[in-house]
This record gives sequence, C-alpha cells and structure tokens, in this order.
Amino acid sequence: MQGIIKGFQQLLKYPSAVIGLALILILFVVSILTVVFIPRDEAIRLWRGGEAIWGQNPKTVPPAWTNLFRSKKLPETIVLTLNDEATQTEINERSEGENRIIVYSFNYTADEAPQDVVFSFTSRYATRNPFVSIFWITPDGREIRLMEQGINYNFSYRATQDTKLSRRLGGLSPEIGLFDNPETEAVDILKGQYQIVVDYITFENDSSISKADVILHGKVYGLFGTDHQRRDLTIGILWGVPIALAFGLVASFGTSIAAIIFAALGVWYGGWVDELIQRITEINLNLPVLSILIMIGTFYSKSITTILGATVLLSIFSGAIKSYRAIFMQVKESPYIEAARSYGASSSRIIFSYLIPRVTPLLIPGLVLGVPSFVFLEATLASLNLGDPVLPTWGKIIYEAWGTGGAVYNGFYYWILEPAILLIITGLGFALVGFAMDRIFNPRLRDI
Amino acid sequence: MSVTTPDLEAPPSVPQEQTTSPKRKTSTFARVAKYTLLKMVSIFLSVIIAVYLTILIANMGGYVDQIVRGQIREFIGQQLRADQNYQQMDPAAKNEFFLAQVERAEKRYGLDKPFAVRSLTFLWNAIRMDFGTAQLMASDTGSRQVKLIILDRLGPTLLLVGASNLLLFFGSIALALMLSRSYGNFWDKLIIGFSPTSSAPSWFYGLFLILLFAAVLRWLPFGGMIDSPPPRDQLGYILNVGKHLILPTLAIILSNLFISIYNWRTFFLIYSSEDYVEMAKAKGLSDRDIQYRYILRPTLPTIITSFALLVIGLWTGLILTEGVFQWPGLGRTFITAIGLYDTPVIVALTIIYAYLLAITVFVLDFVYALVDPRVKIGS
Repeated sequence: MQGIIKGFQQLLKYPSAVIGLALILILFVVSILTVVFIPRDEAIRLWRGGEAIWGQNPKTVPPAWTNLFRSKKLPETIVLTLNDEATQTEINERSEGENRIIVYSFNYTADEAPQDVVFSFTSRYATRNPFVSIFWITPDGREIRLMEQGINYNFSYRATQDTKLSRRLGGLSPEIGLFDNPETEAVDILKGQYQIVVDYITFENDSSISKADVILHGKVYGLFGTDHQRRDLTIGILWGVPIALAFGLVASFGTSIAAIIFAALGVWYGGWVDELIQRITEINLNLPVLSILIMIGTFYSKSITTILGATVLLSIFSGAIKSYRAIFMQVKESPYIEAARSYGASSSRIIFSYLIPRVTPLLIPGLVLGVPSFVFLEATLASLNLGDPVLPTWGKIIYEAWGTGGAVYNGFYYWILEPAILLIITGLGFALVGFAMDRIFNPRLRDI
Repeated sequence: MSVTTPDLEAPPSVPQEQTTSPKRKTSTFARVAKYTLLKMVSIFLSVIIAVYLTILIANMGGYVDQIVRGQIREFIGQQLRADQNYQQMDPAAKNEFFLAQVERAEKRYGLDKPFAVRSLTFLWNAIRMDFGTAQLMASDTGSRQVKLIILDRLGPTLLLVGASNLLLFFGSIALALMLSRSYGNFWDKLIIGFSPTSSAPSWFYGLFLILLFAAVLRWLPFGGMIDSPPPRDQLGYILNVGKHLILPTLAIILSNLFISIYNWRTFFLIYSSEDYVEMAKAKGLSDRDIQYRYILRPTLPTIITSFALLVIGLWTGLILTEGVFQWPGLGRTFITAIGLYDTPVIVALTIIYAYLLAITVFVLDFVYALVDPRVKIGS
C-alpha cells in the first residue's frame, strides 16, 4: 500500500501526469455538476423532446462564442413576444370582436441575415377565425407586407417558405431580402431599429389571440450550438461526460480486477485450472469482440448496462491476463509465499492477501491506460447506431452528425469536433497519467 | 491499447551461427512444421468454439428463431393471399391449411428440432461457409447468397488491411530502431510524447483526416474506393484506387504507429543493453550489423507477438473505419446489415471476422516459428 502512495507522490513530479490529473479532475467535476443540475430523466426528456421544446432554436448552427473569431458577426436568436416591454399594443373595439395593432421593435446589429423569420400564433374562436396582417418596417422606413390571411388555432408563418414574398423582394430569399439594403447592388445587411406590425381583427366577442411570437432564428447558439433537430448540443455534450467516464472506469476496472483474480487463481492452483484459463484466453483472442458486441446490440439490447456487461465479460480473458500470469509466476516463487505456505495459510489468504496486493502497483498503469480504449469503444458502438437508446452520448452525437446530419458535406464541423475533442481530452487525460504511472511502477522502464 | 512489456520469463537466445549441414536443415524444417501444425490444430479448435459461441449468442433466448418463424408466416401468408383456391375456402379450413403450411415450412427449416441439434447444424454450415440467403441484401451480381455477398466485399477489406499493416509493421520497426539509437534526443521524446494518441481508434482519426483533406483542403476524395465513372485504362484505375486508399491507410497507421514505436523502442533498448551486444561493440562491428543481427534478431519474436495483438485489435476497429470512409469492404457491409437488420448477414460476418482473426494469428504464429530461435533450434 505504501508503495502505491509513494508512487502517487512521485506522479506529481511528472508535468504530463499533472496535466492528465487536472484533465481528469475537471471531467469529474463537470460530470458531477451535470448529474446534479440536469438529472437523468430531465436530460432524457429534453434530448428526446421535439419541436415543442426546441422549436425556438435555429437548426445546425455553431456555438455563439465563435463570433469572437469572425469578422462578420452572425446573429443570435431574437424572440419577440406580446409581453415584451418594447412591444406596443393599440386596441380598437368593434361591434363584434376587436382590432388590435401590435408593434414589435428590435435593434439588429449582426452582419448577416438570420436563418429564418417565424411568426407563431395561438388563437381562440368559435366559428369565424381572426384575420392577421403583418408588415415589416425597415430602419430606412420601407414597409414590406409579409402576409394577410385568416389563421386557425395554432398557426405559424415562416418567411423562408413564402415564395411570393421572395418575388416581391427581387428574387432574394425572404429572410435575406427583409434585411437587405436595396440601394446597394450586393447583399448588404441594414443595421438599426426594425419594426414589425401585426394587425389583426377578430370577429367574435370571445375570440382573441393569446400568443403572437416573432422568432428570428439566429446563426449561432449557446455554448455548443444546435443539431439538425434544433436541440441544444449542451445537453448531449455535458451528459456525455459522466457516461464516458462511467463506462471507461467500470469497464477498465472490472476487466482488470477480474483478469488479475483469474490470473492469480490459475497460477496458484496450477494444473487444470491454469490450463483452462489459458485455453479460454486463447479462444477469447480469436473472438471478434466488436462484432459480437454489435450482434448483442442488434439482437438483444442496446442499453448501456448490457453492452457494458458484455464488454467486461469479453475483455477479461484478453492479452492482459497473459502478462499478469507471467508476473504472478515470478512472485509465486518468492520466499515470503513459501513462508506463508509453511505456517499453513489458506489458499484464499495467500491469493488475496499476499499474491494480489504484491503485484497491484505493477497493474495500476494498465488499469488507467485501459480507460481510454473503453471510452472509445463506447463511442465506436454508438457511432454504429448501437448507442444507448435513451441517453445522449458523444458517440451518438458523432453518429447523427456524420450520418443523418451530413455535417462533413454541409460544413457543420463544430458538430463533429465538439464530441471528438472531448473524447480526445478524456483519452489524453487517462493516457498521460497511465504512461507516467507505467514509468513509476514499472521499475524496468524507469531506467530507460 | 496497452503497453506491452517484454516477457522476461524466457531470456532471449543468443543468435547462433547458421549451420549449413543438410541434416540439421531438415530437422529445423521438421520442428517448424511440427510447431505450425500444433498451432494450426489449436487455432482450428478455438475457431470452432468461437463460431459456436457466436451461434449461441446470435440465438440468445431463441430470438433469431422468432425472426425466422415470423418471416415464414409472413411469406406463406403472402403466397396464400395470391392463391385463388385458397380465397374460396371457408375461414376454418383456411386457418387449418395455413397452419399446416407453416408447420411444413418450419420443418423444412429444421425449426422443430431442439436448439442443441440445430446449433450443431448451424456450426457445420458455418464451417463449410454455407450461411444461407440474406433477407434483404444482395451481392453485386444480384445473388441473395450470403457467401457471395461476403466474397464480393472481401477483396477491398484485404487490400486495406494488407496495405496498412505492412506499412505499419515495417514503418514502426524502422522508426523504433532509429529512435533506440538516438535515445533521449528531441525526436525520441516527441514520439514518446505522442504515444498516448494511440488510444483513439482508426475511425476517429478518419473523421479528422476527412475533415482536413477532403472537406477543407479538397485534395483527396471523401471516401469510396474508385471514382465514378472509373478510369478506363488499367494504370489509371490502379492510381485512382491508390488515391482513395491514402486516407484510410493513413488513419489506421496513425492510430497504431506511436504506440508500436513506443513499445518496440523499449524492447530494443532492453535488448541493446545485453552483454552480447556490448561484446559485439567491443569487437568493433558496424552499427548496422549490431542493429540487425544482435538487436533486431532476438527481439523479433517479441515484436511479432505484440504485433499480433495489435492486428487483432485492428481487425475489429476496421468496421467503423470502413464505414467512415465508405470503403466497400466487409465492415461497411456489416454496417449496412445492422441498418437493415439482416440477421443471416450479421451472423455470417461475425463468423467471417473470427476466421480472419484466426488466419491472421496463424500467419503471425508461422512467422514467429520462422524467426524464433527457440522453435527453430529447439530448446
């Protein structure tokens, strides 16, 4: 035990190990905070939520902080509602129903047009639906008519889909045309105070419009951007941390500890036990592990616990057990084992109290070095669409970005790079610590 | 990824002078042959067990049987609905006829026998490479036979594995030897510093390589094996395949290079402090001679063992690498089969991967027997 503590103290002398430890510590803190502040059920609900939750977000846009590195600033999402302070309402009573004129105003400062301009209404009526007209007033005083029509209970209007408007704006795509300065030849975004006038008439006394939101979908969003389903990637990226750590640690520790115990049992009892363990190892080396995991994932269950269990089972009898065996063979002949045997210590006592603790320092590096490969294994499976069905993981984000999202072809690089870089950080953290430990605990390597 | 430390249990044999007497040669041959044969039998046995395990897992809880049963029912139902005579029967007779048909079909598929018996039939079929017919997928020639689908795709996979493994093996040995000579200098430290990067699998490097060289720089193709339409002349064809081969090969090499160099450099360093190397140095042999005959020779068996473990890991990692690069090999077929839920193809591919692994292990064992003096000379 003292050897281990000493080893850890030595670890702090390696700058690479200190960096690695710091990375691991940060990941741990992030995962604890994530699990506390976004509980599992909440994360699942949000991640699987559709338009109702994410409707106000833009589609596949990079994180907001990327604006710091851009010369042309991209717009952030602007949401205007009836309750905003800047929104003014004028009511004209009619004999039946009413006429309301709502004026929204906002200051536009970005260098590019938004992704889309969306109006979303919720109305109440019995038989005759309200009639809505929308006008767009630019900073230079032009007035553009957007739509004039009767609306049903839940109605939304997307400027990008209005081909007539596009024609009236001189063939420009509407969301650009609305912000373009017509004086210049090229597309030139007009900055300043814009106004939107929503003028509606209801035809019944009980009829009203309870929600009239204007959403200008931005071209950047939040800390991590959004995906093709408008979801905030923050949830997926953050929840990927505890999952990756848990999978990597449990798989690596479970595998190593089981392998150590089996190796010790084989060496201590020898004979057919040893023979059996060696044969199982040889067979296991011939098993295509990933293919079998894929089979289990497709035929049986994609749940992360099943995959984790199968991974551990398939990895116990791997190449590592051979090197553990070689170490135990040497230790078995040591005088102190001989002494223990001569005073009549039981086999289990010798194995668990004398054999295994003696070699533990030698095995710790392998334990830590095993973590990244299991983290990547989970990502590999998820990238084959065999990730956990409900929880968001980094691998699943990569799968969606690469496959359905077409991130490479459409240039949504942030979408792949974010989970990929986090995978690298996780792998690197454990690898740096593991390699330093290998040098400390493996005396043969220390001399080199 | 793991750091393999050399197995010091058996000290390396000193390279011995080659004997030229013919008698000695035959005995060496006999030893190598005996060793190889023994290995072959043991690998063959473990392959059979591996294949049987695959069948067991594939049939976990009779799940695959259920799929087959469902398909039989659906198929017969469709067939009968198109049958005029069947249409005119009354409902009770209809049902009875349907069930009789289903039972006959199930018997034909062998579903009435207990699983223990059927699993042996499966095993025998798998050993003969008879994997039945695919549910949805088809080979290039339009055949539904799983065997043909797999044979179609075997070539590209072998090309990719062969190219990347050979480059990786010789590249790492050369670099490791160079580094062990200039131990402790800048390059040595740099490569050692890079060794943790090998914990990422090759597909992961593939993502970055595609992003950089295909999407941003547009120097190399995004994926695939050949342009469409392919070049007419043979040279153009080969060059075009070569161009498509660069990125996936690079991805595989990148994900394994640094860790192999790190491991092998360590072996070289350990062996180069042996007494006989000092002796050789004292005799005034050239650096080249010392490296090849006194350091590389005794290290080769250990290196081949470590390389075997590397290749085993590489085979499985290849599935997604092929997927990422759209390389038309077994891995991509596997991904397609998962997407289509084509059970026979999934099971067959798992078994094929077991075979390929076994062949790789066997070939490397054979090479091991050729270079290991303990096998060659007998000890």
